[in-house]
Amino acid sequence: MTRPILRPLAHASLAASAALASAASWAGPAMEATEKQPLNLHAIVMFLVFVAGTMGITYWASSRTKSAADFYTAGGGITGFQNGLAIAGDYMSAATLLGLTAMTYTSGLDGYIYMICFFVGWPLILFMMAERLRNLGRFTFADITAYRLDQGKVRTMASIGSLTVVCFYLIAQMVGAGQLIKLLFGLDYAIAVVAVGALMTVYVIKGGMLATTWVQIIKACMLLAGGTLVMLLAISQFGFSYTEILAKATAAHKDGLKLLSPGKLTADPVTAVSLALGLMFGTAGLPHILMRFFTVTDAKEARKSVLYASGFIAYFFNVIFLMGLSAIVIVGQNPEFFEAGKVGGKLLGGGNMVAMHLAKAVGGNLLLGFLAAVAFATILAVVSGLALAGASAVSHDLYARVIKKGRASEADEMKVSRYATVVLGIVAVVLGIAFEKQNVAFMVGLAFGIAASSNFPVLILSMYWKGLTTRGALAGGYVGLAIAVALVVMSKSVWVTVLGNATALFPYDQPAIFSMPVAFLVCIVVSLMDSSASARDEKAAFDDQFVRAQTGYGAAAASKH
Amino acid sequence: MSTEIYGRIKANPKFQALVQTRSRYAWMLSLTVLVIFYGFILLVAFNPALMATRLGEGSLVTLGPVVILSMFLLFWVLTALYVRRANTEFDALNRAILQDAEKGAKR
Repeated sequence: MTRPILRPLAHASLAASAALASAASWAGPAMEATEKQPLNLHAIVMFLVFVAGTMGITYWASSRTKSAADFYTAGGGITGFQNGLAIAGDYMSAATLLGLTAMTYTSGLDGYIYMICFFVGWPLILFMMAERLRNLGRFTFADITAYRLDQGKVRTMASIGSLTVVCFYLIAQMVGAGQLIKLLFGLDYAIAVVAVGALMTVYVIKGGMLATTWVQIIKACMLLAGGTLVMLLAISQFGFSYTEILAKATAAHKDGLKLLSPGKLTADPVTAVSLALGLMFGTAGLPHILMRFFTVTDAKEARKSVLYASGFIAYFFNVIFLMGLSAIVIVGQNPEFFEAGKVGGKLLGGGNMVAMHLAKAVGGNLLLGFLAAVAFATILAVVSGLALAGASAVSHDLYARVIKKGRASEADEMKVSRYATVVLGIVAVVLGIAFEKQNVAFMVGLAFGIAASSNFPVLILSMYWKGLTTRGALAGGYVGLAIAVALVVMSKSVWVTVLGNATALFPYDQPAIFSMPVAFLVCIVVSLMDSSASARDEKAAFDDQFVRAQTGYGAAAASKH
Repeated sequence: MSTEIYGRIKANPKFQALVQTRSRYAWMLSLTVLVIFYGFILLVAFNPALMATRLGEGSLVTLGPVVILSMFLLFWVLTALYVRRANTEFDALNRAILQDAEKGAKR
């Protein structure tokens, strides 16, 4: 079997995004090198405290999760500040912490460039989408795309898009989780995957969006606190001086001063722009991120949540940059962290472990244990958000609107959502175990590609363009989906790495620069050619939709408990 | 249920004013972000050496991190500016529009 060696940086790009897959790809070579670590007791105890706390919250949330609105959106009563933290929690995965610290450690400025790419989608989501999402949507983003179009067909497409994104993302997270937990906690891969799957299912089934939100809030606080602590302890060793860090880091790093110029990441303009597009608009098409906008009381709180979320995310990325730079000196020169004590050789546990080694170097086993527990909590929070988004697509879109044509009782709809969660949990565990030895980095590329090329174009056009018709939306959405899938399959990460061919048919990793414009074009051209009677009605219905999008008149209100 | 009300809101000059001002503001901020960010990406792609320019003789502080940090700060400040204006000025206008609509509905 041909096993991939470390994927080039261009890859971890997408991976690092929100998914743990980068952990899988980053840690890939490490997995071959290191086997199970000894049991890490500090980490396990702290993680158990986290699980006990979140289970308590889930129990509390279960008594408050009665209606469908409670289940999908926590009754729409989350405040902007809480939602901001939860969005930050959803967005900053273990891969963000581990992958981006590692990237700064190996390639310096490249890591920081990546982080601004991850960040820049947020202001745009605020300016272009946040209030319209809140004013038009109720439970899923298909509520918006299907607002004035054919409910059955458009929702079917949106749920296919959502479920594909959710499934690939979940598998990638599961594989990453298993490998990471094996490394950090010394648990078996299979046990780790089953534990993550089971906990995720319980959070979602029992506590719905309310429990999921609080798991994300707690995890975001832990992540921010843990990262800040490690960063402060690390830079205190340089007298809190940025130039001192730079002087020592460039002296210690094998690339020397090159550390401060852009490297492989942006080797050619197409890669750079495609990456930036994929990250920016992929974020705006991820179902579990979009869903968070329906949990707040009104457009005002939706805006505030982006303000808080982007503040936390921006802050944390800068923390990670400082952690990565300090690690070049603190971890990179300490034989304790290298295999066979050989500085400059393989890092113990693989490249992904830089942040963990740094925690150990500056704060001993206790801080290492804490950061490991944070990483596990992070995985759990992210998979719970994904499972909830997937279950909503099944129960709210497919079951209630497509199959039952809006005549399903609320009790039945909720029952279906819980079955769907269990099925998703089982699928995630089974596929997570099946894909243990595979390189799953492509799955995250695929998830972002589909989100940017199918979900996003239809969503933004349905909000902004009166001329969009059902035929146009379906054609553009399915074409975007197909092209994104085809290009990822033909790219190096699947064609060469997974299928074992010699050269890739598609030379880039991220399809967005090609698939997204095509999807927009097809949506627009097919809509313009559509002269059916239903198309006329759909265009006429835009005016009312526009007024509601702008003013929130008729928007779903927060339910009272 | 409320096509009539939607029509009335749409005809309200305040609504036109709200839509125009808010859209113009949102587009202006979006374009600022897009131009600066993609300008930066293209600079990085076409002229990587520029980002390694030292700020000051023999200084290790180079242009790259300073530009990126400034983008983080600027984009977040733009976010704050939009939220402040939307949550006060635009929301007040919006409330007035909704009140007008309800008054109209009672008549």
